[in-house]
Amino acid sequence: MAETTVIKKKESTFAFGKKERKLLVDPLNDNNPITVQVLGICSALAVTTLLNKAIVMSIAVIFVCAFSNLITSILRKSIPKQVRMIVQLIIIAALVTVVELTLKAVDYNVYKELSVFIGLIITNCIVMGRLEAFAMANDPWRSFLDGIGNGVGYGIILIVVAALRELLGKGSLLGYKLLGPTSDYLLTIPGYAPNNLMVLFPSAMFVIGVLIWIHRSFNPKLVDIS
Amino acid sequence: MHSTSSVIRFVLIMTSIVAVVLSFMATSLKGIHDTNEAVYNKKAVLAAVKDHIEGDFASLTDEQVASIFDKQIEQKVIDMSGNFIAEADVKSRGYKGGLAEHIDLAKEKKREESDRVLPIYIYTKSSGDKFYVFNVRGNGLWDEIWGNIAFASDVNTIAGVSFDHKAETPGLGAEIKDNKEWASQFIGKKIFATDGEYKSVDVIKGGAKDPVHEVDGISGATITADGVAEMMERGLKYYQPFINSVKKS
Repeated sequence: MAETTVIKKKESTFAFGKKERKLLVDPLNDNNPITVQVLGICSALAVTTLLNKAIVMSIAVIFVCAFSNLITSILRKSIPKQVRMIVQLIIIAALVTVVELTLKAVDYNVYKELSVFIGLIITNCIVMGRLEAFAMANDPWRSFLDGIGNGVGYGIILIVVAALRELLGKGSLLGYKLLGPTSDYLLTIPGYAPNNLMVLFPSAMFVIGVLIWIHRSFNPKLVDIS
Repeated sequence: MHSTSSVIRFVLIMTSIVAVVLSFMATSLKGIHDTNEAVYNKKAVLAAVKDHIEGDFASLTDEQVASIFDKQIEQKVIDMSGNFIAEADVKSRGYKGGLAEHIDLAKEKKREESDRVLPIYIYTKSSGDKFYVFNVRGNGLWDEIWGNIAFASDVNTIAGVSFDHKAETPGLGAEIKDNKEWASQFIGKKIFATDGEYKSVDVIKGGAKDPVHEVDGISGATITADGVAEMMERGLKYYQPFINSVKKS
């Protein structure tokens, strides 16, 4: 392959060139895990009712994704092929437990709200997918960047969806009241009622669907791939 | 290809490292976790009497919650016939702390009904008014729900409630916790009829008619709302012997 010959050139381990930039930026747009690859939908539906939940979830996924990629990549030559999936799973599960224990100590309220879904990062298809597809075949530095890129790509969509759902469903963002019928909201519209459907799971489907639509119509590279 | 023995060796080393790291982390953070959990539970108890706490309840810090709880709340544990139970007996039931705040109603539920113990929190307002906070626990649609019910000094009029749940649907069943306006309907309701008969407070689908013993349901969450009504009916009945003894004195 043409690409492998480029890497053969002696370059420092932590180089940050065009290829590395692509690893970080690609998952944000052209190869977004949610809107293009349609992975990680399960948690995107569940934790996007409130913005602060989505932000904490994004940080957790970025952390797990980056470090599981890094560790898997460091171990990639010694991991026996027969048990590689299980080994990857142990790495992910360990990191998720670290996140869970830390969150429980730092912000107990958010931990209580998220608890199940933090645990479910283990089954997040994005994390496992990147380990199999990238970290098992690339050096640690690039794998780390790839993990961050994919985590952020996931996080951005999560935050956009959650912001829309919280604003339209509850009239607030991060708990600050913005849009509502009474005067304690920033923007008072008499008779306005928040759309309760936005808080329920189906609305996440609609919002993500619309986002995919918008994304495709603005990005010519995504048209006609199916 | 790796040989079977090298695979086993790799997996053993790997899992031991992970096990050591995680157990080290879990033990070293346990203290903080326990404090956080205790404050969370204390805040839930105080939330039932939040209208009678000075200052903005939502902006109380963890330290303030702990200090209000320590200074203004008296904790008692009673058995099913309404008698107070000594700290040592509570400890012997497996609750290390021995106080009401350590009692886990989910564990008590597994015992014979006559063998259970119940926590009571008596909150004294700075003006001297007393409030009794009782715990109730039942089932919602998906999993358990529970609540703290605060009563004024007549142990009949509800002064406030705070509900929580394990897995109710956000926007529907979860409204029992999130929708403060719904919970505030309970304030002022009475659990005894004028002739002294126990009636509890019912949650009525389609709108309450009795202004003293009924509140409105939540649209789309009939089963959770029925769960709340059932949990209060049954849970508060357990406290009846205690309530009678307070009324006599």
